[in-house]
Amino acid sequence: MSTDRRGFFKNIAAAATLTAIPTAALAREKHKAPADAVGLLYDATKCIGCKACVVKCKEVNNLPADTDGYGGGLYDAPNSLNGTTKNVIQLYKNAGEESFVKKQCMHCIDPACVGACMLGALQKSKFGVVAYDPDKCVGCRYCQAVCPFNVPQFQWTKIAPRIVKCELCKDRLAEGEEPGCTEVCPRKAVIFGSYADLLDEAHKRLRENPGKYVPKVYGEHELGGTQVLYLSHIEFEKLGFRFSQQRSVPDLQQTVSHGIYKGFAGPVALYALLGAVMFRNRKKNPEEEKES
Amino acid sequence: METKAQPLGGPLFTRGYYVLLGLAVVGIALILWRFAVGLGAATGLSDGYPLGLWIALDVVTGTALACGGYAVAFVVYIFNKGQYHPLVRPAVLTSALGYTIGGASVIIDIGRPWNVWKVPIQFWHWNLNSSLLEVALCIMAYVVVLWIELSPALLENAKKPILVKIRNFLNKALIWIIALGMLLPTMHQSSLGSLMMLAGPKLHPLWLTGWLPLLFLMTCLAMGYSIVVFESVFSATAFHRKPETPMLINLQKVAVWLGLAFVVVRFIDLTANGNIRYATKLDLFGTMFWIETVLWILPLLMMLANPHPNLGSLFRQAIVIAFAGALYRFDTYLVAFQPGPGWHYFPTVPEMFISIGLISLELAGYVAIVKRFPILGGLGEKA
Repeated sequence: MSTDRRGFFKNIAAAATLTAIPTAALAREKHKAPADAVGLLYDATKCIGCKACVVKCKEVNNLPADTDGYGGGLYDAPNSLNGTTKNVIQLYKNAGEESFVKKQCMHCIDPACVGACMLGALQKSKFGVVAYDPDKCVGCRYCQAVCPFNVPQFQWTKIAPRIVKCELCKDRLAEGEEPGCTEVCPRKAVIFGSYADLLDEAHKRLRENPGKYVPKVYGEHELGGTQVLYLSHIEFEKLGFRFSQQRSVPDLQQTVSHGIYKGFAGPVALYALLGAVMFRNRKKNPEEEKES
Repeated sequence: METKAQPLGGPLFTRGYYVLLGLAVVGIALILWRFAVGLGAATGLSDGYPLGLWIALDVVTGTALACGGYAVAFVVYIFNKGQYHPLVRPAVLTSALGYTIGGASVIIDIGRPWNVWKVPIQFWHWNLNSSLLEVALCIMAYVVVLWIELSPALLENAKKPILVKIRNFLNKALIWIIALGMLLPTMHQSSLGSLMMLAGPKLHPLWLTGWLPLLFLMTCLAMGYSIVVFESVFSATAFHRKPETPMLINLQKVAVWLGLAFVVVRFIDLTANGNIRYATKLDLFGTMFWIETVLWILPLLMMLANPHPNLGSLFRQAIVIAFAGALYRFDTYLVAFQPGPGWHYFPTVPEMFISIGLISLELAGYVAIVKRFPILGGLGEKA
């Protein structure tokens, strides 16, 4: 057995090198926002929680009311993103601190959902918008599992369910209009613009109002950067932004997978090797040829 | 060592068989119901926990337990240990059934199954960054490969000239099919690990590592060898056939050492990236991590304590390894996956009975095929 085992591990080691390239793999290049990137800048200090943006979003996207939450079914009052809600205003309130926070797709520069999706039903499209095409979607929900912001929602109650997520009103953008939420915001707490302009504006507000904000623009670097940017007077973690890592989510998996599957040479070589070894073995034991 | 495989024969519809069929019928009825009412009403899944029992158990764990065919193929065809040949057919049969059930679970789990045909066909839409695409394509192909691998056994006693022709052709082409049958699991079993790398920060640091593909590959092989041992001992006892004890001892050794190698790789990685500190906290994650580790090490201790194991001892070692691998994979997909505060998942009763029904269908298929087709050797010899 000992020679057997040694031989076995030698071959396992050969197979393992195929899988093990991760650390040796070339570093994957950091993604940059596309040249035509647009986005949102949300300033929590300006938001009064009127939810005009929530109403407008439902109107623009033809989404049904969510009457589960409050008022005995009288009000459209979603308390989180869900299968009928692409944009929501939530309230954080604790120990004398409070803030509203707007949630919708962050339109990541290097999105995990896009990396996950088998047929590209989710894709970075024009203006860097993460857009959804139900024709290419099998409903596997892997995008939901990998999104660090828990943004993609699923129509759990439908027989032919789709993924529901903010697409930055891409049809309105194509017409030269701005998204519904920014159009109606009475306090300009959420504004629309080119990604570069929004980033400048955010930094300008930080500069001109020292001490007013947590001194960073959430989304500038977090998770590889997002086209939706946030300013807040309360730590972002309290507003539900759990992660502050700068590395994009797909970076680890794609670095490793590209290392293993570069040019598909590994699998082809392994196949040839396996076939060749078996072919040689069969020649050595012709009596076994009859057996399967 | 040459023991010709024979059909087991005997009556198929025993009382136990009716129980399996009954559970399968319940499962199939619930599957139809699930398609009628939608996933929200049928399952405990949510936007926080979009992947549940069917994926973590039937697909991720079930296909690893169905890696017997893959694992034994290495021994027989690559290391050229022809004497292990009697183990191939039963292993390939369990693999074919296990992967078929895994594939069926995916169809039940996904929300828009009518689009599935596009995955293998519309190659111009393929997202080559997607580990899931690779897993899907490989598993689809592997199910076909496994049934082709098994077909010489199913056709062995065929008399029709066309079937004889197919059989002869298959016997010639088979090594290239078998090579594919080793390549595909190497790819998709490691990619099942890559899948959860993309969960990134939502996966607990004791599980999130760039070595997930290797760890998943090692676990499926260890589980594959153990399941062959398990199945061989089981069918020897249940069907009164002579077990292949010396070979089983060797296969179990490979499984046990693979388990140790898994633990070593994991500890080196966790020490190197500093995440081993999470193992000192005995919260849910630290506890699960140590249970996994103990389960991997335990069979080694059992083996060292008893260098000449009997069938019962082999059986116990095999079960512990299968559990260790199953728990590791289950943890990676469900326990270590943390969507954030406020989210909970527990499978509903119908969800569980669909899984139970599918597993019963698999067992019923196994019993029917070994009774009617030449799969098992050592029949009629002293048990």
